[in-house]
Amino acid sequence: MAEFSTSVEDKGEVSTIYLKGFLDAHTAPTLENTFSGLVDNGKYSIVVNFKDLSYISSAGLGVFMAFIEKVRENEGDIKLSVMSDKVFNIFDLLGFPLLYEIFKTEEEAVNKFRENKNLGS
Amino acid sequence: MEADKSKLKKDKLEIKSRTENLAEIREFINSAALEAGLSKEAIDNIILAVDEACTNIIKHAYKYFPDGKIVLNLKTDKKTFTIEIIDYGTSFEPGLVTHPDLQKYFNEKRVGGLGMYLMKALMDDVRYTTVPGKFNQVSLSKNINSNGR
Repeated sequence: MAEFSTSVEDKGEVSTIYLKGFLDAHTAPTLENTFSGLVDNGKYSIVVNFKDLSYISSAGLGVFMAFIEKVRENEGDIKLSVMSDKVFNIFDLLGFPLLYEIFKTEEEAVNKFRENKNLGS
Repeated sequence: MEADKSKLKKDKLEIKSRTENLAEIREFINSAALEAGLSKEAIDNIILAVDEACTNIIKHAYKYFPDGKIVLNLKTDKKTFTIEIIDYGTSFEPGLVTHPDLQKYFNEKRVGGLGMYLMKALMDDVRYTTVPGKFNQVSLSKNINSNGR
């Protein structure tokens, strides 16, 4: 059985969601709940770490689209990081790199939020 | 065993229209594609295309009714790896599959068309057949090249 799980870690003002396993139409609601939990608590600076994600289908990609608007309206962002080539290729096929910042490491993604905040203050 | 009547190999999976079955569908395709000698990259692409096709059937043809029937028929010969996916739900008119305008999707929160685009992008041939009131079939094919790609 394919499993999927998420965990969240707060690092200062930035929350990182760690994805693990197989993200498809069956498991996408788990990720929706994770995003809802953050957004409902006013956490809009979100990094997603894909390191342990083995698989994604369009149902999983749809979750990122479902939350990005709300997050950006609140001056936050969803930044993606540590994708395998296989997962990146699917995002790339659908044109996601035009709409989302994708970083090689989680640190780079987290630092991007900090830089933006320093510039803004 | 050598005196094979036909070079055409068939295999079949019958499964109910539930998202929890997507993992089993992917496993079935993975085993068959490995046996057919396809490359890792080709297998990944086929698995995703079949997942997208079955997800569309569960969501759109059966509208999440959990006891609809989905039949996957594999037809492999030396040149092509083909999966026929049949359902008995609401028929559907695929129309023209173009590259999705992600910004537009994003504004309108429309995600459904992404799967159809992916199927087309990941496979060498995608064909839809519908007999209204009877069944719908989508046929996904990948060419098997001599280098296994």
